[in-house]
Amino acid sequence: MKTDSEAAVLPKAGHHSADPHTADRPIAVRHTADPRGVLTGIHFMDGDHACCEGALAAGCRCAAGYPITPSTEVVERFASRVPMVGGTFIQMEDELAASITLQGMVWAGAKAFTVTSGPGFSLMMEHIGYAAMTETPCVFVDVQRGGPSTGLPTLPAQADMMQARWGSHGDYEVIALCPNSPQECFDLTIKAFNLAEEYRVPVMFMMDEVVGHMSEKVVIPPADQIEVVPRKHTHKSVEDYLPYATNGDQVPEMAHAGEGYNFHVTGLTHDERGYPNMTLAVQDKLVRRLQSKILNAVDRITMTEEEQIEGADVVVVSYGITSRVAQRAIEAARERGLHVGKLRLITAWPFPEKKFRDLAAKVKAFVVPELNLGQMVREVERAAGGQAKTFAVSHAGGGVHNPEEILKVIVEASRCQTI
Amino acid sequence: MAKGRVSIVVERCKACGFCVEFCPSHVLALSSAFNSKGYHPPHVVHPEKCSGCDLCGMYCPDFAIAGGKVDEAGVPVKKADAAKGAKK
Amino acid sequence: MSDDLVTDILNPVEPFLRSDRVPHIWCPGCGIGTTVNSFARALIDSNIDLGSLALVSGIGCTGRVAGYVKLDSFHTTHGRAIPFATGLKLANPKLNVVVYSGDGDLSAIGGNHLIHAARRNIDLKVICVNNLIYAMTGGQTAPTTPDHSTTSTNPYGVFEASFNLPQLVEAAGAVYVARWTTFHVRQLSRAISEAFQKKGFSFIEVISPCPTLYQRRNKMGDGLDAMKYYKEKSRVRHGAPTSEVGMTMTGEIIVGKFVDRERPDYQTMMKAQFHESLGERFVEQTEMVCS
Ligand SMILES: Cc1ncc(C[n+]2csc(CCOP(=O)(O)OP(=O)(O)O)c2C)c(N)n1
Ligand code: SF4
Ligand code: SF4
Ligand code: SF4
Ligand SMILES: [Mg+2]
Repeated sequence: MKTDSEAAVLPKAGHHSADPHTADRPIAVRHTADPRGVLTGIHFMDGDHACCEGALAAGCRCAAGYPITPSTEVVERFASRVPMVGGTFIQMEDELAASITLQGMVWAGAKAFTVTSGPGFSLMMEHIGYAAMTETPCVFVDVQRGGPSTGLPTLPAQADMMQARWGSHGDYEVIALCPNSPQECFDLTIKAFNLAEEYRVPVMFMMDEVVGHMSEKVVIPPADQIEVVPRKHTHKSVEDYLPYATNGDQVPEMAHAGEGYNFHVTGLTHDERGYPNMTLAVQDKLVRRLQSKILNAVDRITMTEEEQIEGADVVVVSYGITSRVAQRAIEAARERGLHVGKLRLITAWPFPEKKFRDLAAKVKAFVVPELNLGQMVREVERAAGGQAKTFAVSHAGGGVHNPEEILKVIVEASRCQTI
Repeated sequence: MAKGRVSIVVERCKACGFCVEFCPSHVLALSSAFNSKGYHPPHVVHPEKCSGCDLCGMYCPDFAIAGGKVDEAGVPVKKADAAKGAKK
Repeated sequence: MSDDLVTDILNPVEPFLRSDRVPHIWCPGCGIGTTVNSFARALIDSNIDLGSLALVSGIGCTGRVAGYVKLDSFHTTHGRAIPFATGLKLANPKLNVVVYSGDGDLSAIGGNHLIHAARRNIDLKVICVNNLIYAMTGGQTAPTTPDHSTTSTNPYGVFEASFNLPQLVEAAGAVYVARWTTFHVRQLSRAISEAFQKKGFSFIEVISPCPTLYQRRNKMGDGLDAMKYYKEKSRVRHGAPTSEVGMTMTGEIIVGKFVDRERPDYQTMMKAQFHESLGERFVEQTEMVCS
């Protein structure tokens, strides 16, 4: 537990990572959760509620939202919990507002998030780009439902995966996580906030209706066992501070409004001072850094769950709720004597491209079931680069796959000739 | 003796004429000289009439001119002193 | 005639500017810079702690103000200055938050946020530079463009009704509403100072010349001609019913302080509600430390 006196001793912007890129900054200071936000204990709750608890445990004290099924429970719980934890929730007039209000909250010093589903996520796109461009650490939760348009408000899909990656205009990178259980909704929401702070990037938390609404055991550990990444706040003096200068690790240090730094933030292309600068050189430097600060850290950012990959002929690639359905198919296939591995994407973006390229040299095929007509499968296919075959198992959304459909494709894939 | 004086940053001026038009004492006129951007900045034609009211400064959209009070020796009076002086 | 900044007469606006970014991009005779002068004087007169002041702009010619003031300044997205400012204020109630943006930004694409922030009575000082046009994009029709004027998207004349902004924000709940023009530099400065004394949603409309797009297309002369028109045709009517202050293309401009009323702001209401409902269990928000 972090006591007040300790807090006073801790450097304001210590970095928890021992990564060589950040070795020049204060390290080895372990920041743990503020116990006021942590509901330690064993609970039976759904994914939406667990996501809210994860946010509170991560130190998030501010949220702006707009109601939309099947995500609303997250902010409803936040609205009831946060006055007792010391923070603010505001229900805005629309998602255009919510997605920028939360960024105002962040620049005033808070950790903040917003929560939505497809139609609202579409409205938030401009501000995902703004967060990427201004390097505003924040979390966007999308509890995915069937689309396009209003689609299936109460039923699941995983069809916003490409939108999460490419939805805003211009070149930029985000991080996207895909929980597959209420427990992960808790654990990975904390992770989402931590990654947002570490890389100063918007993090997409890609739930789906089933994960959001299923209730299971959720274990919330004591606060001192929950690691949180604090704001990467500058130590520099007002005179020395350059808002968008980097010190080797590609992630600039932040200051907050009201601290006397008189800094400028703009969504226009900007130089190290944060001033608009429309030259090709500045554009090139900035946009490439926004990309490389994430892509250079793919190995550190990405998380997967792997099972029996070694010696597998076929690897089933899945994420979110579909990974649980796929598990049944994988087990049935193994009972038939097939060599089937499982690879679950916990991080969808950045995509662990190299992992797939290496794997493609060893396996015959990838089978990719997802609740859309083929989104992440394109990444798998691209990374495989023709070394292994790729089979999509598509689903238009509104329910989950029948494991039989996945099994059928696994069997077909096992029979295919190695390319 | 003039009660005020102006300073003009010629290079910032875009010759809108606001300062000339709205100076209550008609101290200024646009000069025939050009600045490096090709604009005719104002110049002082009636220095003795300047009250240092700084209306020209408040109107100038380009932050190019400012007026201020001066004492008998022509030395600028600080704003606080000027305010005190006005009350007397 | 001195021609550099080393001069013994200090321009009071200078300490508030990012001098390394001046000269600015605004056209000759554009009124936006003039409004900044009045804003700077108001900051001096009202003794605001500049460290606690944040300025938020949307997109447009006026939106560029954020880039020229030496304050914590945020140039956000088109129409969204108010919700961004709302976030700043909610997370750090000690901040003085000013929204400085254009008529199109605040009342068209951002119109929904404008009325809802007024309704909630968020403690924001909104300065709306109304040049009656979308200037930055080349002179298209704005919700404020007066009937009969021509714009690049209504080349045969505007036939839509326009917004009367003071009436709109009064109806939505603003506690302070005033209108001045760039001719009224001292009154404008005083109005901004007054808004700083208010807790709640304050809205100050400044009618401002856009010689390059609005005036030229409508054969209304240059910036100075607009200023002379404001001088001639403005009528001060403090407390005028806002229903009577709508603008026309060449008619009278009613200026003055129209609304000055008391109503608890959003955060005061929120705290009172939580105290009442939660009692001891309410934990007041302290400074956000982000750990
Ligand atoms: C989402 C979006 N739509 C459109 C634009 C283009 N745009 C930039 S400024 C502007 C109008 C600005 O008008 P106003 O707010 O009146 O500002 P002014 O330039 O007149 O000061 C428009 C339409 C944009 N930047 N973003
Ligand atoms: S300070 Fe006043 S009197 Fe002097 S030039 Fe300026 S406007 Fe005229
Ligand atoms: S008001 Fe300023 S820009 Fe206009 S003419 Fe005078 S000095 Fe030049
Ligand atoms: S286009 Fe109009 S509003 Fe924009 S800078 Fe020029 S005069 Fe001002
Ligand atoms: Mg405009």
